[in-house]
Formats: sequence, C-alpha cells, structure tokens
Amino acid sequence: MKKFIITTAISACIAIGFTGAAFADAGNSPTLKRIADRGYVTIGHRETSVPFSYIGDAHEPIGYSIDICLNIVQAIKTELGNDKLTVKYVPVTGQTRIPLIANGTIDLECGSTTNNLTRQKQVSYLSTTFITGTKIASKNGSGITEIEDLEGKIIGMSAGTTNEKALKAAIAEKGIDVKIVTVKDHSQGWLALSTDRIDAYGSDDVLLYGLISKSKNPEAYQVTGRFLSFDPYAIMVPRNDSTFERLGRIVMSDLMRSGGMETIYNKWFAPGPTNINMALSDRLKGAFDTQAYPH
Amino acid sequence: MQYNWDWGILFRDPYIWWLVDGLQWTLTIAICAWVIAFCLGSILGIMRTSINPYLRFIGTAYVELFRNVPLLVQLFLWYFVFPELLPEEAGRWVKREMPMPGFTTTVLALGLYTASRLCEQVRSGIEAVGIGQRNAGRAIGLSETKVYIHILLPNAYRIIIAPLTSEFLTIFKNSSLALTIGVIELTGMTRQIEEYTFQGFEAFTAATVIYSLVTFTVMGFMLHLEKRLYVPGMIAAEK
Amino acid sequence: MGDFDFAIIYNNLPFLLEGMKTTLLLTVAAIFGGIVIGTVLAMIRLANIPVLSWVAAAYVNFFRSLPLILVIFWLYFLVPLILGRPVGAFASVLVAFVLFEAAYYSEIIRAGISSIRSGQAAAARAIGMTYSQTMRFIVLPQAFKAMIPVLLTQAIILFQDTSLVYVVGLKDFLVSAELIANRDQKLIEMFVFVAVVYFTICFAGSMIASRIQRKLPV
Repeated sequence: MKKFIITTAISACIAIGFTGAAFADAGNSPTLKRIADRGYVTIGHRETSVPFSYIGDAHEPIGYSIDICLNIVQAIKTELGNDKLTVKYVPVTGQTRIPLIANGTIDLECGSTTNNLTRQKQVSYLSTTFITGTKIASKNGSGITEIEDLEGKIIGMSAGTTNEKALKAAIAEKGIDVKIVTVKDHSQGWLALSTDRIDAYGSDDVLLYGLISKSKNPEAYQVTGRFLSFDPYAIMVPRNDSTFERLGRIVMSDLMRSGGMETIYNKWFAPGPTNINMALSDRLKGAFDTQAYPH
Repeated sequence: MQYNWDWGILFRDPYIWWLVDGLQWTLTIAICAWVIAFCLGSILGIMRTSINPYLRFIGTAYVELFRNVPLLVQLFLWYFVFPELLPEEAGRWVKREMPMPGFTTTVLALGLYTASRLCEQVRSGIEAVGIGQRNAGRAIGLSETKVYIHILLPNAYRIIIAPLTSEFLTIFKNSSLALTIGVIELTGMTRQIEEYTFQGFEAFTAATVIYSLVTFTVMGFMLHLEKRLYVPGMIAAEK
Repeated sequence: MGDFDFAIIYNNLPFLLEGMKTTLLLTVAAIFGGIVIGTVLAMIRLANIPVLSWVAAAYVNFFRSLPLILVIFWLYFLVPLILGRPVGAFASVLVAFVLFEAAYYSEIIRAGISSIRSGQAAAARAIGMTYSQTMRFIVLPQAFKAMIPVLLTQAIILFQDTSLVYVVGLKDFLVSAELIANRDQKLIEMFVFVAVVYFTICFAGSMIASRIQRKLPV
C-alpha cells in the first residue's frame, strides 16, 4: 500500500513537472492561472459598438475586436496546453468595464476603448487595433468641409468626450465664431443634426460613418475634414501582468506581419456587414506594419 | 483586486477644475430654478387658497398636471417636443438661437416642476396661519390683496421655512437631471472624470462628498434661520 | 398637431408594453425592498440603541443628501465590483433604488410609528409583551394602516423616479419610447404618449391616496 502511494506520488510529481513545462511562463501570470483554474477565458464585449463588438443576428457577440480576441484565445489554449478551454462572453458598458477588469471578472476587454496614458494607470493595453479621431458630419450640400466652414453656424458634440475637448480646442485656436451645443450621446447628437438643431456633429470618424449607415437616408450625410484628435483603440487587459500582455502582443504581431489583421479588417469594414464602408487607411496600415514586432 | 487607487487625481489639474466647474453649474441651475419655483409657486399657492373658484381650479390643475409626470419626461418634453410645436420661426429660434439651450431648458423645466411642489407648501402655510387671521384682516377693512401681502404671506413663509429649504435641496439634487440633455453639471463631470481617467471610484466619492457637504451646510443654515424667524406658537421650531 | 401619428404608438405597443413591464417590476420590487429595509431602519432609530441608532440616522441622512442619479451610477459601478461577476443593469439599478428609497421610507415609517400614542406601547409592555411583540402586534399594524396614503404617495414618486434608469440605458418604458422616437423620428408622438401614460397612472394613484386619506379616522 505504502509503495503504491509513493509510486503515485512520484508519477504525480512527474506529471506536474511535465505540465509545468507547458505552463512555462504561465506560472507568474495571474490571468493565465485564473483561466487555467476556471477552464474558460472571459471576454468582455460591448453590445452596440458596431462593427467592433456588438450582438449579431445570432445573438452572439461578434465584430472586429472579437475576432482578434478569438485569435488570442487560441494562443492561450496552446500556452496552457488545454484544448478544452471555452470562451465565456460578458457584456460590459463604458462604466462597468473598469470594475469588471479590476476584480478579475473579465480577462480581455474586446470593445472600442481608446488607449491613453492616464488610463494606463488603471489597465494595460495590447497593440493598437484601430485609429480614429474627431471629424465632423454634416448634411450633404451644406458646404461644410472643415471646421473653419462653421463660422456663424452651430456644432454639436457629445458632452464629456475626447471629441468635445478636441473640437473646443480647435475652435478656440482658430478663433472660429461657432455656437457649441453639447448633447448626452450620439443618438441625441444625430437627432439634433437631422432636426436642424445643429449644422454639424463632431465625433470619432468611425462612429460618424456608423451613424450614417444606420440613418434613414445615408446619402444625405457626409463625414469631412481633417482629424482633430488622435484616438487609438486597443484591447484592454488587467494591469501588472506582463506575461499575459506579451502573449497577446505575440498573437497580434503575428497577425499584423502575416496580413491576417488586414483580412479581419476588411471583413468588418470594407464594406463590412453593416455597410460602413471604410477602406483600410494608410495610417492604420502603417500602424500594423510598425507593430509587427519580429520574434 | 487590481484597482489602482489614486486619490491625488481629484486634486490635480484639470480634474479639480472640472469638479469646481460642475459644482458651479449645479448651484447655478438650482438657484435659478428655485427663483422661478418660488415666484410661481407662491402665485399658485395664493390661487389655491383664493376665494375665487376659477383661480382655485387653475392652481389645482397646474399642481396635478406637473406633479404627476416624471421630471425627466417633462425635461424631454421641453427640450425635444416644445420647439416642434411652436410656429416655424419661434421653434427655430428656440432650437438654434436661444442661449445655452440645455441650461435654459433645465432651469425652466425644473422651476416649473418644483413650482407645483412649492405651491402645496405655500398653500399649507397659508392654511396654517388660519382663517381667523384672514377674517380679522378683512374685518379691519383690509382688501383681499392686502390681507395676503401683510398678514397671510409673511406668516406663511415663516412657518414653512423648513419645507422651503428642503424643496431647495430637492432642486439641488434634481439638477443632476441636466446631464440627460448634455449639461455637464457635478454628476456629469464625475462621469467625465471616470471616462477620462478610469478612476471612477475616486470621482464618485468626490461628488458624493460635495453633495453631502452642500446639503448639510444648507440644513445647518436653515436651522439657524428657523430659530430666528419662527412664529411663536407655530410648529416648526419646536423640533 | 394635425399630423399626430397614432399608428406609430399602436404598431409599437408590444415593445412599449415590454418597457412598461420593466418599469412596473422595478417599482414593485423597489417598494417592497425599500419598505422592508426602511422599517428596520426606523425601528432601530426608535429603539434608541446607542451606536446602531446613530448609524441608522447617518444612513438615512446620507442617502437623502444625494441625487438619485448619482446613487444609480455608484451602484452600477459597485455591484459588479463587489459581486465579482457582471450583473445586468436591472439588478444594479434595483439595488440602488432599494438602498435609496429605504432612507425615505424609513422617515415615513418612523413618523407613522411615532404617531401611535406611546400609551398603547406602554400598555402592551405592561401586560408583559416584549419589545418585538409590541411592535409586531400593536404598533406596526396600526402605524401601517395610518401610513397607507403617504406610502402610496411615495410609491407614485418612486414610480416616476424609475424613469431615471435612462442614465444607464436600462430599457424601461421611457427608454423604449425614446428608442422608437429616435429610430422613426417621431419625437412628438412618443414623448407626448409617455407623458400621458405616466400622468394617467400617477393621477389615478394620487386620487386613490387622497380618498383613503379622507376615509381614515384622524
């Protein structure tokens, strides 16, 4: 009996030793350890961030960011040597994403979150997946292209956003005499534009294209002007876990190098299932190239 | 827990100024709306205690109408629906030319709504002064108007100082609804700080402390005022 | 108002009804939770237990000093953080309403209990009832009966307040109507309809409250 116990103990040790090898790096990653314990990866997704992360017709989260995250999940499976890992989706909002990352509920936030240095005190980010910035939307034939054309007109912006700060700074800098109206959210902003409360609405260009594609007559609106702010989107991960972060970066570098990233991009944006129709910009293409770190 | 506490954020530029700015908006909205509510509420309160049945009816109808529709819905009606119902020109003015549309609408909506609540306070104050004083006033030859100006109202206001203060505090708290039409007051600023820095915990705590401080300060001031102004023999100050 | 489009309301009735269900469910659950916690708070304050009474008073005054919107935001942020798992907006909002309304209900119930003459409580104690028996069989039943109109009025206020869940996008009656209004550009119809529905329910409620009030013995 005793002998049996010893043999079992030894073989158990060996077994742990072997899996230990597979874990290699995972040992010092709280996130990977958590995933291994739970047996599933938890992805935080948005419900209406089209086409980044939203609920599709099949009532499953889909989108550009989700596709990228699923590639990372694949790498986690390999890393942990566990092919049976499943994915659990957890809906998050602008306000719940931080508490849910902080208390370890979600492992990856795959939405449309801007990466900035202040926020990096609270969370970590993987590579930049998308670059957007503030532009203006107006009605076709309004003669508005740049923010300078708004002299004597009215511009709307969503209160409390980076767009608001960028637009106000640009207006102040150029000394443009334009009336500013702040709205609660994009749907109120779009409403204001369509009911002529405002002549132009300023927001992230990708959101503006999205709003146009959803509107009753998309041909009536245009997105114009130069970028007035720089908003790089990235996938969020828990802070203080460089091992997990590195794993994510490896996956994304490989995708960017192989052209896989471009394929995913085209699937969702050009023209994409919602007909948003944004071709891959040179700027984003360049970002993909520079983030394709060699092994 | 991976939450990275940073209480210092509340005292750093620009966030501290956002909070100051937000508090300013909150107080401005509250005070402006209170002035409207106080004036209109007093008039309505007088109407409801008037001997004229038509005036009484108008007062009652106003109160029932305004207090039975949620404030948020009223705010939306003023902001979105009202300009569409106006004649083309006027509607366009409200939508495009009116200065600070969000702020103006909030003050108006909040003032009109709270007037219905204040009306009830003024009415109960006037009723508390009692029919005896009213009759006494008439008996010595004062007109109905003079009875109100010299006897009923001054006494009524002194009796209802506590409820008037709590109505002010209600407006102060209700001013947070302004954020639903894009006015970034204190609560809105808090969310903005959370959005920019991801330090939601600290931001919400700051707002909570500020709201509580203002409320308790006003209440302390009110207690002081009430002691000085109370009408002998009347409720309030005996607490 | 000539081109008021009634069809838009009729066509979306199932969707609006769904929103109204959420509103009503939230109202009822919050009233229930609020009254339960409010009663406990009121009894603690009236029992004059040294530290506990002070804590209960602090709780009530604290929540009464805050805007409901801020409390909704707080709980929306805190509930998932504390539970360690995501909860729907409904659960977060419900917790916020229960905690918030408990402070208001506690004040109403405290006033109601105080209004029952202390002679009755003393008599109950004299015949050997314990504090909790006195409360359960003598004071609370009478107090609640006397409080019905005020509780009903508070319920109407709570029903109106549920519209504030708008700020976290929970699909209640107002949000459902707003979604249709924005989608089909029928602002006037939808908001007027919402106002009429709220008014009808609240007006009926306040009529009932004042009728009960008149019937009660003073």
